[in-house]
Amino acid sequence: MSTTTKYNNPKTRRKLSLWEKLYLFEVVRGLLTTFKHLFRPKFTRQYPEERWDPPASFRGRPVLVLEENGVERCVACGLCSRVCPPLAIEVRASETELLKERYPVVFEINMLRCIFCGYCEEVCPEEAIIMSKDYELTFRDPSEGIFGKDKLLTPKAQLKDRLDYLAKMRN
Amino acid sequence: MIIEALIKIAVILLVVLTAVSYTVLLERWVCAWVQDRIGPNRVGPFGLFQPLADVLKLLLKEDIEPLMAQGWFHWVAPVISITVAFTVLAVVPFGHTLAIGERIIPLTIASNINIGVLFIVAMTSVGVYGITLAGWSSGSKYSLLGGLRSSAQMISYELTLGLGLLSVVMLSGTLDLNGIIDSQVNGLWNIVRAPIGFLLFLVSSFAETNRQPFDLPEAEPELVGGYHTEYSSMKFALFFLSEYANIITASAVMTVLFLGGWHVPFVDSLGLSPLVMTIVGVLAFILKVVGLLFVFIWVRWSIPRFRYDQLMDLGWKVLLPLGIVNIILTALEKMYLMH
Repeated sequence: MSTTTKYNNPKTRRKLSLWEKLYLFEVVRGLLTTFKHLFRPKFTRQYPEERWDPPASFRGRPVLVLEENGVERCVACGLCSRVCPPLAIEVRASETELLKERYPVVFEINMLRCIFCGYCEEVCPEEAIIMSKDYELTFRDPSEGIFGKDKLLTPKAQLKDRLDYLAKMRN
Repeated sequence: MIIEALIKIAVILLVVLTAVSYTVLLERWVCAWVQDRIGPNRVGPFGLFQPLADVLKLLLKEDIEPLMAQGWFHWVAPVISITVAFTVLAVVPFGHTLAIGERIIPLTIASNINIGVLFIVAMTSVGVYGITLAGWSSGSKYSLLGGLRSSAQMISYELTLGLGLLSVVMLSGTLDLNGIIDSQVNGLWNIVRAPIGFLLFLVSSFAETNRQPFDLPEAEPELVGGYHTEYSSMKFALFFLSEYANIITASAVMTVLFLGGWHVPFVDSLGLSPLVMTIVGVLAFILKVVGLLFVFIWVRWSIPRFRYDQLMDLGWKVLLPLGIVNIILTALEKMYLMH
């Protein structure tokens, strides 16, 4: 039954001094260690009040970039939908008078399927879908988990960190 | 006389039950602080209402009785545990006498008992029946093993506990708890006069109350929850309560035997009125008990659990001989130093 480890093997086991064998003093030493920890600064984050600000490299909820003039960057090429491993993205394209010629009529991400892999961001030729810092996702009903354009479109100003990070990493 | 005793019983029960639930809170706080965490702070200011929430939760749980359980015994086991845990407190003097007008009220429930030490030893030994019965009547192998371990541990450490006690009895020359306190008031505290006796008593108290590092009866990795695996709801809560009540009782007994009970050194020379003296005494007693409670909790979160053979080795091969040597030393101390 008994297995030999480096702690109970008589060949490799460290010899204890008489002081250590008395045990009592080592117990006191242990107690002093824990006593010091009573007064150490605590590392608990008081969550609802104190929130975590993730670094730019964090892959949170994917969002669509909204330019300053109120037009989305997306040209509805469908690459993200194609690359998405859990098939969470649906894109339906249409034409527009603008220079970019195409835009998505419907752009939906099923957040119950999304695995936050970031492939959509990687494959996007327009840098239109990127990962945000949002990590708080809760639904009361599965149907709420499907995010349409209303929830996905985010002004460019709010995504500055990630866009800068992507620009840095691509060069 | 009876009314007086009933009032004292009511007050002590109320105080101790509250103290028990707050000991649980203290335990969670100290546990958190030792691990550099914050601990419960959500329910009420600083989390002070946490015990209320815990009690409510336990009350609302479903009371499950396993199919293989031995009905009546399964029910009576937690009752034995909790009763014994509180009974010991009856003889513990928590203050000097309180004088109201002509009447002088001793601050103990059973004040006229002159073999307090024997009573304590007898009652704490009965406590193991609750645990063993719980283990057997649950009809589960884990519970049974927990109960068996508990009784073996109790037998081994009761001896050391008794030997530690004996040194105090020898020094004071009485089995009366008030007499023991008086002898400490007139001389030094017993922790100074019998340090080895204190150590023996402290270590075996950990074993008697099933606390870490001797919580073999409920060793989670091997026995799931030990003797209370098959208990839920209020029956589980009673075991939980009695575990903490036992710690409080052990702390109170240790305070009386080794830390001078309600005695505060050098307070006599201040010339305070008797009433103030009594209040100071009760507060000192409470402070000492809380200090010892902290030690219990502190040790729990510092020292890992013993293996079962190590537990038995320590009890029989180390503590028992040390206890016997201590008796001889105490006898010599009594003969040559105190006369």
